[in-house]
Amino acid sequence: MLHIYCPYCEEYREEEEFRPKGEAHIARPAEPEATSDEAWGDYLFFRKNPRGLHHEQWYHAAGCRKFFNATRDTVSYQILETYKAGQQPTVSAAASGKKVAK
Amino acid sequence: MSDLSIFDLNPAAGAKPESPLAMTRVTVATVASAANAGVVVREHAFLGHLILRGRASDPAFCAGVEQALGLPLPLKMGPLSRDEARGVSLQWMSPDEWLVIVPAGSEFATEKRLREALTGHYAVMNVSGGQTVLELSGPAVREVLMKCTPYDVHPGHFPVGKAVSSVFAKSTAIIRRVAEDRWELVIRRSFADYLFRWVLDASEEFGVHVVQ
Repeated sequence: MLHIYCPYCEEYREEEEFRPKGEAHIARPAEPEATSDEAWGDYLFFRKNPRGLHHEQWYHAAGCRKFFNATRDTVSYQILETYKAGQQPTVSAAASGKKVAK
Repeated sequence: MSDLSIFDLNPAAGAKPESPLAMTRVTVATVASAANAGVVVREHAFLGHLILRGRASDPAFCAGVEQALGLPLPLKMGPLSRDEARGVSLQWMSPDEWLVIVPAGSEFATEKRLREALTGHYAVMNVSGGQTVLELSGPAVREVLMKCTPYDVHPGHFPVGKAVSSVFAKSTAIIRRVAEDRWELVIRRSFADYLFRWVLDASEEFGVHVVQ
């Protein structure tokens, strides 16, 4: 099992306490009325599925019940960092030199 | 006769059949006296449980809570604010949420005191009906907890006075260590029946005594 660092509890906890919640940093279009159907569909339904680093949301379901973000390598499953909701990642695919498949 | 394979669902003699209600008929062998038991289980029913929400970054909020409850507001996960003599405790649940437990019957007075002391953006909710406290004491409690939760309950990681919310027996519970050999579980009403039976079953091998 993985040990995941919860940035709110400030402690490593068992993976069993968490739930993955999909891709992070998805911005809702500021003006939904002015957004094209295609852009709205992309926002609602289309998610990245990279082979390599991925920024995703996790939920500490059995602990503090807060959402936070994690940067995870989808190949090795290694979690490189976790950070609070609203913050930006410090590790990214470009900076680490890892290739992200399109 | 067709060539469809069939077999007799009734097992041969010797196998013990179990009805879907088997768990309701399980009887755990209990120890008659608490002195000989590895684990003593006791429910603290009908205590007042309040959920307090507010901004930890607001000094007026922190001061108001301390004034109303007479306990400092814990600002991070772990240390429990507790006054055993008055039976009042205050636990960090998340960055903007705390659990207040007060003696039975005093929850409404506590809620009014909090509402008098606090202003601005906050919430107080009485959740007494939704959960209960199970106290486990005795020399074998730590071993029982190790069977129930993935959280590390080693004394080096779980000192007296620590309180966490974690996975417990595939459900969730708040685990609080209130003394060297005394722990409290705060459990949800809908899971209480299952968790109580789980704790008894897990404690049976160490000798369990239930305080009625």
